[in-house]
Amino acid sequence: MASRVFAYIDHYQGQAVPASWETLGAAQNLAGAFGGTVTALVFGQGVEAIAVQAVHHGASEVLLAEDASLAEFRPEPFSTLLSDLLRKDGVEALLMPHTSRTREIAAQVAVDLETGVAPDVVAFEVKDGAILATRPIYAGKLFTRVVCRERRPQILTLRSRAFPKPEPDPSRSGAITRVALPALSPLSEVLGYKEAGGGVSLSDAAVIVSGGRGISNNPSLTPPAEIVDEKAKEVWRAQQGFALIRDLAAVLGAAVGASRAAVDAGYIPYSYQVGQTGKVVSPDLYIACGISGAIQHQAGMRTAKTIVAINRDAEAPIFKLARFGAVGDLFQILPPLTKALKERLGK
Amino acid sequence: MNIIVCVKQTPDTAATVTVENGRVSWGDAPLVLNPWDEYAVEEALRTKEKHGGKVTVITLGPEEAKEALKVALAMGCDEAVQVSDPAFAAADTLVASRILSAAIAKHPETDLVFFGRQSVDSDSGITGSQVARRLGWPSLSLVATVSALDPAARSIEVERMMDEGRQVVRARLPAVVSVVKEINEPRYPSFMGIRKAQRVEIPVWSAGEIGLSGPFTAALAWPEVYAPPKVETVCEIITGDTPEQIAIRLAERLIEEKVI
Repeated sequence: MASRVFAYIDHYQGQAVPASWETLGAAQNLAGAFGGTVTALVFGQGVEAIAVQAVHHGASEVLLAEDASLAEFRPEPFSTLLSDLLRKDGVEALLMPHTSRTREIAAQVAVDLETGVAPDVVAFEVKDGAILATRPIYAGKLFTRVVCRERRPQILTLRSRAFPKPEPDPSRSGAITRVALPALSPLSEVLGYKEAGGGVSLSDAAVIVSGGRGISNNPSLTPPAEIVDEKAKEVWRAQQGFALIRDLAAVLGAAVGASRAAVDAGYIPYSYQVGQTGKVVSPDLYIACGISGAIQHQAGMRTAKTIVAINRDAEAPIFKLARFGAVGDLFQILPPLTKALKERLGK
Repeated sequence: MNIIVCVKQTPDTAATVTVENGRVSWGDAPLVLNPWDEYAVEEALRTKEKHGGKVTVITLGPEEAKEALKVALAMGCDEAVQVSDPAFAAADTLVASRILSAAIAKHPETDLVFFGRQSVDSDSGITGSQVARRLGWPSLSLVATVSALDPAARSIEVERMMDEGRQVVRARLPAVVSVVKEINEPRYPSFMGIRKAQRVEIPVWSAGEIGLSGPFTAALAWPEVYAPPKVETVCEIITGDTPEQIAIRLAERLIEEKVI
């Protein structure tokens, strides 16, 4: 059965990452091209429900591994287990959603099996028996097609929201097989989590509302008297601006993002940064507020389907990317925009 | 502590990259130390300043890649090694990780290896994890904070930036750490550092010198590189007499066009 396609289901705290289902859908297309079947892989502890969901999303078979050493993500045990399964089965291809975990598993499995890995793939086709994968390089300024001609399995991690998500069908059935575990010897110990959870994840978000340097640019706001430091006043103003961004995001079910300028100025943590040195996103709608649109920021968001720009500077480069633009003060535009959308969307 | 930093030379992120005759071109833009690697160099230097020891910077690349090593030396690294061999010409990450692990293994008693999270040209971000795998050392990727380091107890504790938040992890030394930009603010090379870097003799290690013999066959091929088709976007500027009017009109247009 050399034509099997493995689809790795990534999850965090008992929930499958949405891009895992996109990966499963892509794996089905690929299995069709190779004339084979899709096997989903679910590793963790207390994750049987995710295995069942994998069947509902189209896996004809699930390999389930549950063990205390897989309860928290660490690259070594996950990679060792996956390499073990790939060696036994002579698999044609391994597809994974592209996440902070799978990028590392893919890297290590590729070393174990001396094969190639194409990370962050946005499209693929099968040509002459091998997968020709398209992936952005130079922060999306260019694309390359990558192929692993001879070695197997071919390993691809797929960018979130680049492939359609199959609809789950609870009437589907498939075999869930528990696999025997090799020695997993983890090399590290997970002590806990910080700043975890909360809000919509940037990579999965269909809508993102982002704030930039301009978010602090409202001299009419008077900071509380106890804030005397000029920098602290600026950060306080920015926080009022981000409160407006969060209000709009809440109405749209959107994630909140930021430009590097806003992060570097200390307005918001780095985990919100969109751009070349932050997260790369491709939502359906990206609303840029007070963001001029430096080339490094564009690198992180230019693949958004629709871009809306709100900026005081009519000459800002962001308007060259935007489908809709509003020239003006975001502090005056955002509140009525949030209100209008709330009314019209019936929320 | 014996600390190693692996760096790469890349085009500047502000460069306009294009494709000419099927190859990537960045015009006259300068080649620089990969911006992500500046954070790795900085963290290596801070670790040395706190715990003592030596920082060695390694690059895999052609002759001109020495310039990236000189930047790291000027920032304060003690030694530099360039790993270069005509046989390495077509290296992918699988081959690069094999070469770098051999170069690291040639340094005895290494405690920590630092990488930047990815290079700004290929954007792969997998070489560090692959090197860790080959060495059999713990891979601590996307590290935003080294919260504890105890060389005597051979232990390191870090906070990793996962997609969902920070994971706090403890591992034993030696370990491979790849860093994100939140970890520090890289220093500028000092005037004295720049002068010193110009004088340092940088050894060049070939395949044989790190105990490797070919062939170094890449698993991946890149048959095509292309610029994305230019999408002509015409921006519809929403106008109105007051900000409220603009806002309401914008909301209407977004709903009319089924954007929301």
